[in-house]
Amino acid sequence: MKHGRYPFIIGFLIVPVAIYGTFVVAAYLQAFQLSFTNWRGFSPDVQYIGFDNFTKLFHDNTFWKAIQHHALLLVFMPLVTIGLALFFAFLLNVGGGSRGGRTTGVWGSKFYRVVFFFPQLLALALVAVIFARVYSPDESGLINGLLHQFGSGPVLFLADKNLALWSIMAVLIWQAVGFYVVLFSAGMGSIPTEIYEAAALDGATRGTLFFKVTLPLLWNTLQVAWVYLGIAAFDAFALVNVMSVDRGGPDGATTVLGLEIFRNMQDYAQFGYASAMGVVLFFLTLTFAALTLRVTRRETVEL
Amino acid sequence: MTDIFKPEVDRRTLLRRAAAVGLLATPAVSMLSACVGGGSDDDDKADKPAGTVSANNPLGIKEDAPLEIVIFNGGLGTKYATDVDIPSYNKLFPNSKVTFNQTEEISTVVQPRFAQGSPPDMINNSGSKLMDQGALVQAGQVQDLTDLFAAPSVDISGKTVKDTLIPGTVEQGTFNGKPYVLNYAFTVFGLWYSGKLFKENNWTVPTTWADFTKLLDAMKAKGITPYGYAGANAPYYQYTVILASAAKIGGADILKNIDNLEDGAWTNDAVKQAAAAWAEVGAKYSNKAFLGLKHTEVQLQHDQYKVGLYPSGSWLENEQAKDTPAGFDYQLMPIPSVTTADKLPVESLYAAAGEQYFVAAKGKNPRGGMEFLRHMLSKAGAVGFTQLTKTLTVVAGATDGMEISPGLTSGNKALGAAGANTFSFRFDTWYKKLDDELRAATNELFYQGGTADKFCERMQKAADAIKKDSSIEKFTR
Repeated sequence: MKHGRYPFIIGFLIVPVAIYGTFVVAAYLQAFQLSFTNWRGFSPDVQYIGFDNFTKLFHDNTFWKAIQHHALLLVFMPLVTIGLALFFAFLLNVGGGSRGGRTTGVWGSKFYRVVFFFPQLLALALVAVIFARVYSPDESGLINGLLHQFGSGPVLFLADKNLALWSIMAVLIWQAVGFYVVLFSAGMGSIPTEIYEAAALDGATRGTLFFKVTLPLLWNTLQVAWVYLGIAAFDAFALVNVMSVDRGGPDGATTVLGLEIFRNMQDYAQFGYASAMGVVLFFLTLTFAALTLRVTRRETVEL
Repeated sequence: MTDIFKPEVDRRTLLRRAAAVGLLATPAVSMLSACVGGGSDDDDKADKPAGTVSANNPLGIKEDAPLEIVIFNGGLGTKYATDVDIPSYNKLFPNSKVTFNQTEEISTVVQPRFAQGSPPDMINNSGSKLMDQGALVQAGQVQDLTDLFAAPSVDISGKTVKDTLIPGTVEQGTFNGKPYVLNYAFTVFGLWYSGKLFKENNWTVPTTWADFTKLLDAMKAKGITPYGYAGANAPYYQYTVILASAAKIGGADILKNIDNLEDGAWTNDAVKQAAAAWAEVGAKYSNKAFLGLKHTEVQLQHDQYKVGLYPSGSWLENEQAKDTPAGFDYQLMPIPSVTTADKLPVESLYAAAGEQYFVAAKGKNPRGGMEFLRHMLSKAGAVGFTQLTKTLTVVAGATDGMEISPGLTSGNKALGAAGANTFSFRFDTWYKKLDDELRAATNELFYQGGTADKFCERMQKAADAIKKDSSIEKFTR
């Protein structure tokens, strides 16, 4: 080991580690600490109450409603997003068939790639505001304005209990698809064309190509995408906060844990209780990520 | 109240426990206890006059001590503070440097400073991000304003500050017997309409429910949405209407019982009748799409003569100043009587002091904060505020005889007609959770085909749950 190597490494690492320690680790630890208190945020003194917050949480209907919404998001958001992204990525990269010995995308695929990625460039709050206009219940809304032209009644996207969560989920998916198209495209780009050629020579159709060649070789990328999207499904705070009726409504039909944490902290000044929710959310996300990585573990195909 | 927040464990036991739970890594502990739970609790800083008491300085503030104030920058703006109140304060105390801050998010800016133990001296706690005032009082962070109300007025000679106020003002800011908060703006609540629209159609202000529905029918026939509120963010405008109707039917005690979380306060017949009457208006005379709209959108439609009647407080005219067409002529009507046997007359009104201002008890200059409030409550302060914001203050009759705007005049007239028959509620600031539940329940009742029975039961359940929750401090009036 060369002399002076450790000071060199430490010199590089100390600043990021200190920043991470202060703003991430310490903040987490403090949330854990506060979750055992009944702190209301306005006094330097805190009182410890053991697991009371967690017991209360267990009997809180709103909390379970939020968990339910996360479960729905967890199932449908990754499924639809990955499905759409895979479909588009396949069309953009392989869907054009073989030309001059090379697989290509459908006509205009370069243009589409930019278009699909575009939503990713918009800030989430901006997306929320735009879609609040798209979904607006009167004629000024994009969709309801069109429906109005054809004389059919307004659809209350965000004001209907049964539609609200799905409407918001659609925006989440719309926003996410572009990123995963690019991610999967990169993955597909690294699959050697010879494999496709060989398969095509054996008479494989596009469908067979997709399921027998592309999908298995993309497995690692898919796994990562699933974890990312799952974690996003535990969030959804920004969209719900900006778009939903009566914040998390109508009548709690769209509420998520992030919003409930915010509400308990901000509106009810129940910092201890909000921290307890945060702790639960932390473990939920962690468990999900670990579980997904474990369950989907497969032999990776070496290229 | 104080024993609730008395630290039960000293810091060493606290750390030992924490370490035993294994949640805190040792190096983090010192850092954590520096943030939360590490503040000094010098409760012995008893509130005494810091300077010499004199005629010009009845509260005995230290004349050269700096003062820090934070004003919420919303519908009322901040000009009244910078252009009227601070000069008035500095005229008497030129050596006290006033630090003025304004924000649109009070909680974001001020809450951490309370947690640290170095709050600003006077705070205007308002806006959608206001702090839970009950929790602040519970934590002993709010200065008792008894001395302020007993002090002589700045420019109304021979009267104490309390004598110059509209009756009920002090009570509105009282928590369990002590006045902690000054509610400065005086709000009249009712149904707003365009004087022009009514004149053109020869419509008159209804007093009975039959006349009211007849008017709504006439509006519907003209293609106007007769009545509506914004479900997305302003259901409390409508719940104020429903509760006002309940108070008219059964008397003001209905609201008092609700505030005090009495058993069966919500399942009372008066509340049920009021809810049923308004559920019918929602079903027949409104537009369900409004459930998804924000208050600004509905108010704009009101200004465009597309909505006939809109429930709101007297801040509406000022809020809509930019969008109101010339000649619109904002007018206020009290809510028509639901039954012919209502306990309160039709002129009775929901009217209350609102917009909270309080002084931090553990700030550097609490006496100075109180002195600042005394200047806001001077006649000159009140007139300046009303001129700049078109909103009345709690200083009684400060702007009498002044023509400021049609809406303000109309509200003032309604208030005069109501006389002693004004009422209000407090639960929305005492128990924010109950407020949230009522918003959702009101949307369900009015726009989603709910029934009065369901509404009452739901609210009773929510009120009972709060009553049982020992972590929430209870208030009574």
